Amino acid sequence: MTLEAVKLAAEANQWGAIFPELLLACLALALLALEIVLPKKLHAYIPDVALAGLVGTLGGLLVNFHSASLGKESFNGLLLHSPGGQVMRVFFLLTAMLVCILARVSLAKQKVPRIEFYHLVLIITGAMMLLAQSNHFVMFFVALETVTIGFYILVAYFRTKTASLEAGLKYLVMGALSSGMLLFGIVLLYGVAGNPTLPGHSASAMHYPALAQFLVANPHNFLAGVGIVLVLVGVAFKIGAFPFQIWVPDVYQGAPTPVTAFLAVGSKAAGFAVLLVLTRDVFASYDWLVTPALTAMAAATILFGNIAALTQHNVKRLIGLSGVSHAGFLLLGVVALSGPVASVSATGAIYFYLFAYLIASFAVFGVMAHIAGVDDSEQTLDHYAGLAKENPFLATILAIGLGSLAGIPPLAGFMGKFFIFMAAFEGGARWTLVLAVVGVVISIYYYFGWIKAAFFEQWTPPADTADPRPARTPVNVVSGIALGCLALASIFIGFYQGPLGQWLTMK
Amino acid sequence: MSPLPFDPLLVSIAAPLALALAIALGLPKRWSVLLAYGAFAIPVLMALHVWWHFGDAAKDHGYAFLTRYSTGLDGLGIGLKLGLNGISLPLFVLAALVGFAAGLYAIQSGAERLKIYLMLLLIMQGGLMGVFASVDIFFFYFFHELALIPTFIMVGVWGGRDRSYAAMKLTIYLTLGAMVSLLGLIMLYVKSGAHTFDLIALRDHLAAHPLAATVQNNIAGLLLFGLGVLVSLWPLHTWAPLGYGAAPSSAAMLHAGVLKKFGVYGLIQVALPLLPDGLAYWAHPLAWLAVIGNVLIVGLITIAQRDLKQMIGYSSVMHMGYAFLGIAAGGIIGPGGVVFLMVAHGLSVALLFLLATAIYHRTQTFAMDEMGGLAQKTPVLAAFFVAATLASIGLPGFANFWGELAIFVALWKFSPLITALAVAGVVISAVYGLRSAARVFFGPPTAELAKVTAAHFPADLTWKERFPALILLAALLFIGFWPKSLTTPINAALTPQISAKIGNATGR
Repeated sequence: MTLEAVKLAAEANQWGAIFPELLLACLALALLALEIVLPKKLHAYIPDVALAGLVGTLGGLLVNFHSASLGKESFNGLLLHSPGGQVMRVFFLLTAMLVCILARVSLAKQKVPRIEFYHLVLIITGAMMLLAQSNHFVMFFVALETVTIGFYILVAYFRTKTASLEAGLKYLVMGALSSGMLLFGIVLLYGVAGNPTLPGHSASAMHYPALAQFLVANPHNFLAGVGIVLVLVGVAFKIGAFPFQIWVPDVYQGAPTPVTAFLAVGSKAAGFAVLLVLTRDVFASYDWLVTPALTAMAAATILFGNIAALTQHNVKRLIGLSGVSHAGFLLLGVVALSGPVASVSATGAIYFYLFAYLIASFAVFGVMAHIAGVDDSEQTLDHYAGLAKENPFLATILAIGLGSLAGIPPLAGFMGKFFIFMAAFEGGARWTLVLAVVGVVISIYYYFGWIKAAFFEQWTPPADTADPRPARTPVNVVSGIALGCLALASIFIGFYQGPLGQWLTMK
Repeated sequence: MSPLPFDPLLVSIAAPLALALAIALGLPKRWSVLLAYGAFAIPVLMALHVWWHFGDAAKDHGYAFLTRYSTGLDGLGIGLKLGLNGISLPLFVLAALVGFAAGLYAIQSGAERLKIYLMLLLIMQGGLMGVFASVDIFFFYFFHELALIPTFIMVGVWGGRDRSYAAMKLTIYLTLGAMVSLLGLIMLYVKSGAHTFDLIALRDHLAAHPLAATVQNNIAGLLLFGLGVLVSLWPLHTWAPLGYGAAPSSAAMLHAGVLKKFGVYGLIQVALPLLPDGLAYWAHPLAWLAVIGNVLIVGLITIAQRDLKQMIGYSSVMHMGYAFLGIAAGGIIGPGGVVFLMVAHGLSVALLFLLATAIYHRTQTFAMDEMGGLAQKTPVLAAFFVAATLASIGLPGFANFWGELAIFVALWKFSPLITALAVAGVVISAVYGLRSAARVFFGPPTAELAKVTAAHFPADLTWKERFPALILLAALLFIGFWPKSLTTPINAALTPQISAKIGNATGR
């Protein structure tokens, strides 16, 4: 290799463009190093280092939001730095911060190693950020696998609990299956797009623009169609869309609460970030296939998620299944984007929905982390009895979070649903929209049932037996501030979108 | 513009909401109660102010006091645009008056956890002022939902019998109605092609590019169904009596008196000018549903009620039937009569709910079979109740009379048969109204009541209870004897709409 070639390669690898991800990776390693170096009594502060690092990274990213590399490819086309990618980076950093805050509450109740948890969260976050910006199937798959493998460990993190271990195994098997399908789809696409007898073939068919070009030139290739469907199936597993949602309730129940939150928000959003890029930019010429497939999936997901959540008594299963229905609403936005009359506001609507969902979900998960006892997987509605009287702060946060998830105005969740519905109507998904409205009405029942459990039920402790409700963790300053901010943000964004709204309606 | 240095509409929305936020952030109880008097009074002062200045205020398309605030959604054609026209002005004043009465009654009731109760009531009040002051359809919907949410919580936490079930049923029915009407509004937004929710801009746009007939029919159908559920159109009315039966008095006053009018108001303010052909398409089914279902069937059910509060709830469902009939009849007199009736009914039903709770405090029961002879012990309460009942029946001299009369006159042109059936409904309402007054206040007291009154001698209406009741009764009589105070702005708002429609028809 000549010096020239090395120089060229170095220029193509713009390390500066992925500075936030590098920072997270270094921070993750630093945490492990700190555990070795620091004396034992200082170990309690290592999570604070992780949190401070995340806050710093987020601050740096926000300051440098319109970076020089925006709109350019880097690493020979492996990554594409788009405004959407920047938004998702912010999203994942916020998610990671909140997961770390929840973990401080939840891990304190268990006898498990602490530092590795934060290490894994940071690694996964970095991988998700790369995933959202991937522009090449190799980058896409490697980042996705990093995320998934990290989650295998996190889901089974409470290793003395059978529920957690079982969830880990289920997630492993299902994850492997979905990765296999995804890989098969990628290989099919790569193979058919590399066929030199077809027009528009390319030697680097894993590169999104090259693949998109090939698909435009061959709009009705059967093998490419199969490949596309398999890729979509792989992504559908990650977002928990029907009929690939079967792992959701069990894994969500068994996983530690912060990990459930991470799965429900981070993993799902990563799936949608990828789906958005794929359907809008890469598979656009196959909308005859993608749109009906996604429409059917959206309709089934909304109905299944809401109906299945109706009968749940365990709140972790409940929130998991309600998360399935949220995936359905988000899919509705993707449908609006891929349909024959693409809605201009759909992309913004999906991002807005994701942020509203992040804020509301973490408010609810934060309350769950405080209510949960030692047995993290057994959290039922009964445990919320009398919460309004005994801890009005947590009860209020819960009500605001659930109200936002249910899409009740004036909370942010309502605006998210409203934008998605508008986009879906413009995109021509009329009948799915009707189903979505039915879904919202059904969802009121279980969200409201949860609020009812916390507010309406009078709690009288049984005289003969001990109180079956686990002891509630007192709210400390950090999580109190975080939860308060989440609740206020839900209200504020619902009333006033301001610059967010201007950005949202940007064409 | 109003002569005030600030926007009276924004202040009347913001004052209650600001206090609600302050209470949520931990304002002490003494201050909360003290400031609540102010937060409920400010909307009344503002409403009276705009009412007084409405006649000579500068107007654009019939709207006075127009101001617009950006919330960052200008790109979607959404913005907080406030203003009042002749249709929203009476309801704006109604919302302020009933809210004031409900607030005063709540403060004197000394409910458990009074602070939170007042906070929810203040949110409702702010939302209600916003509903009628909004010119932007999105915010009109948004404020309605904002006002609706506290109802669920108030029924669930402070409610009476079956509160848990009632709260759940209320929530699901009203969410269904709200979501379907949202669908209709989104369809209107997209199909009109105007890319704005601003009612004035939409009206101009649709006057130039009218919607196709089928689109109008579909949107009007969605709105009628969705808003119909919210106004308890038969057979989707069952949430109303149950909910009102369980709701605490102030919530029932505000919801039955004002919030429920949202649906009818939406039909008159949005559907009538924008979708005239769509409404005409549904007029006959709507009229039959309203007269057979709401007026006759529910009317007969009302007669059979034994529970005072449930009876008032059913009677309010029945009276909403007249509102639908007026909309179906069309013209100027029909919708005009509906606006009039909404104001009158809002005042009288709020008064009835207030008095029903006052009766409950003296008898410890809502069952009318177990009362009787209360008039000897509480003559003032009896006088108020009889007056409210007569108003609700539609006796001349009270506001309700004019509203119903106008609707019947308009209805005669639409269909004499339906008019005849609707007038029969008045007889029904006289039967249950007078019977309830007789059962509660006259005749010999029952054994059960004698036992209760022997333990606690029932005091007559205290001044703290009398004051909110007096406000409502005075407003009823004022409008009843001087209907012109309402009809002038209503006429001014409805006439250009109708003449524009006739102009369109002849122009084609």
